Amino acid sequence: MENILEVRNLRVWDLNSDKVLIANNSFDLRRSSCLAIVGESGSGKSITCRSIMRLNGSSLRQSGEILFKGENLTTLSEKKMRRKRGRKLCMILQNGMSAFDPSCVIGVHLKETLAEHFDCDWKKNEIEEKMKLAMESVMLKNPIEIMNKYPHQLSGGMLQRIMIALAIVLEPDIIIADEPTTALDTVSQFEVVEQFIQLRKKMGCSMIFISHDLGVVRKIADEVLVMKDGEIVERGPTEAIFLKPEHKYTKYLVSTRLALSENFKKLMRGETIVAES
Amino acid sequence: MGRYIINRVFISIPLLLIISLLTFVLINLSPLDPAEVVLQAQGVPKITDELIAQTKEELGMDQPFILRYFDWLVASLQLDFGDSYVTGKPVWSLIGPAFLNTFKLTFVSSVVIIVMSILLGVICALKEGKIVDKSVRGVSFFLTAMPSYWLASIMIWYVSVKFDLLPTSGMDSYKSYILPVIVITISYAGIYFRNVRTSMISNLNEDYVLYGRACGLPEKKITVHILRNSLQVAISIFGMAIPIILGSTVVIENIFAWPGLGSLSVKAILSRDFPIIQAYVLILAAVFVLFNTVSDIVNAAMNPKIRNDL
Ligand SMILES: Nc1ncnc2c1ncn2[C@@H]1O[C@H](COP(=O)(O)OP(=O)(O)OP(=O)(O)O)[C@@H](O)[C@H]1O
Ligand SMILES: [Mg+2]
Repeated sequence: MENILEVRNLRVWDLNSDKVLIANNSFDLRRSSCLAIVGESGSGKSITCRSIMRLNGSSLRQSGEILFKGENLTTLSEKKMRRKRGRKLCMILQNGMSAFDPSCVIGVHLKETLAEHFDCDWKKNEIEEKMKLAMESVMLKNPIEIMNKYPHQLSGGMLQRIMIALAIVLEPDIIIADEPTTALDTVSQFEVVEQFIQLRKKMGCSMIFISHDLGVVRKIADEVLVMKDGEIVERGPTEAIFLKPEHKYTKYLVSTRLALSENFKKLMRGETIVAES
Repeated sequence: MGRYIINRVFISIPLLLIISLLTFVLINLSPLDPAEVVLQAQGVPKITDELIAQTKEELGMDQPFILRYFDWLVASLQLDFGDSYVTGKPVWSLIGPAFLNTFKLTFVSSVVIIVMSILLGVICALKEGKIVDKSVRGVSFFLTAMPSYWLASIMIWYVSVKFDLLPTSGMDSYKSYILPVIVITISYAGIYFRNVRTSMISNLNEDYVLYGRACGLPEKKITVHILRNSLQVAISIFGMAIPIILGSTVVIENIFAWPGLGSLSVKAILSRDFPIIQAYVLILAAVFVLFNTVSDIVNAAMNPKIRNDL
């Protein structure tokens, strides 16, 4: 199988403190496969994703090559890169609650995004119809009603599924999901993971999936990258990683299995409560 | 939402009552006998105890304190603040036009301050850490730190006296507004643009900005979303800023001889004209409460989270 995304010598550092956050990482994402990135909090998983999208904050700099279907994304103009975002590379964030503008109804974001990517080649009604169908396919009943709601009137799981629905309509080549389930309670977590599995089956798109939950990773991923302090310490097919972890750190992860760090779990519990209330 | 507005307005009523009572108590605590002040002001050559008692009766000052407060409050509600001790004219006939003049100056200054603050705040936030941001903040820090009376004197000296470009004082034409408005803007825009900037920057780091960018939205559209959210904070700050500017024109008005509340109240304080001072404090307090209430309501109307929960 060919690679749809090749990351070569990715290096990210902080301009203000000269601290290196990602040290010379290279990895590939194969077409129609799912690559999971695991690692403790602060190991650089989110930064890796944002570097691929070229969306790091202004204080961070990156070097290295990111080849998407052979095209180097790092040398593209900002305008061309923007065209790729959403349409070719789609991101799904951890916290649905904060991912939408709190003073606009959800529909505003959906319409703006769709208008941006489809205005020329699709008729307006057709897109709306597609969006509705996509929302229904991720178990969101009454799509019209939901589009007229503000983020705080919906649950974290619903917002997460709205992002998935948007990805379905955009039909990107790669979906990057940054801990899409950590902010959810167990039931919604299960539902959202189901949706991701469905999504992969339906669209056959490639996926980068970040998670703390090794159970979820085992269910969804074909390959796993283990990160620690900005470095990739182990990589391989999912089953191999789970059955025969080689690196000390991976062994530790697999043995504790459910949690990467007790502290983090505690924190997440706190966050879940905040997100729900 | 309707209930919230009614609630908010009702809460301000006891607040106003307390303020009015405090005003009345503080002024009556003054060691000076008002009757004596009146007689002095009217230039009575020899003040006898008899005369004082007589004046007290005329002014109704022999009545118990609570009754006097109550009478004053009821009259004040009808804009009858009594007569000036010094000139004998009704207080409202003095304070009404003065209030209007101060209001004009405050209104023009506030508009300039708000426009400048939003403009500078947005530019600095978008260029955070760059030279533009740093230099605007540096210069504004310097300007804000300058005392306004000093700045005003310098400007009068250069602009009006030396080069004779603008009037030195008074309120004759639109030209009279220019210098006072500049001085007020310099003292306040530096503070308020920082609020806009901070609120913009904190919004820039929100997830919805990242998600918007990740969805390929153009920077222009994302900026509109950021502005909408950060201006909510700015509006409540400006709501509180306007009465502060109104109250602080005292210094500026005296330097530029602006015939407003500031000049009037300073004169009243120097001549111990109690009814005017009382009316001045009461009107200012009412404006504070009014703007606070209005900005709360506007804020609630703009924020869907609050709007729908009410
Ligand atoms: N804008 C930034 N400027 C400087 N340092 C940053 C910035 N963003 C993140 N970092 C640092 O980079 C490191 C990696 O952060 P990252 O968010 O990628 O971690 P993560 O693996 O996604 O963790 P988590 O599981 O908590 O999401 C952290 O040490 C963090 O402090
Ligand atoms: Mg992260």
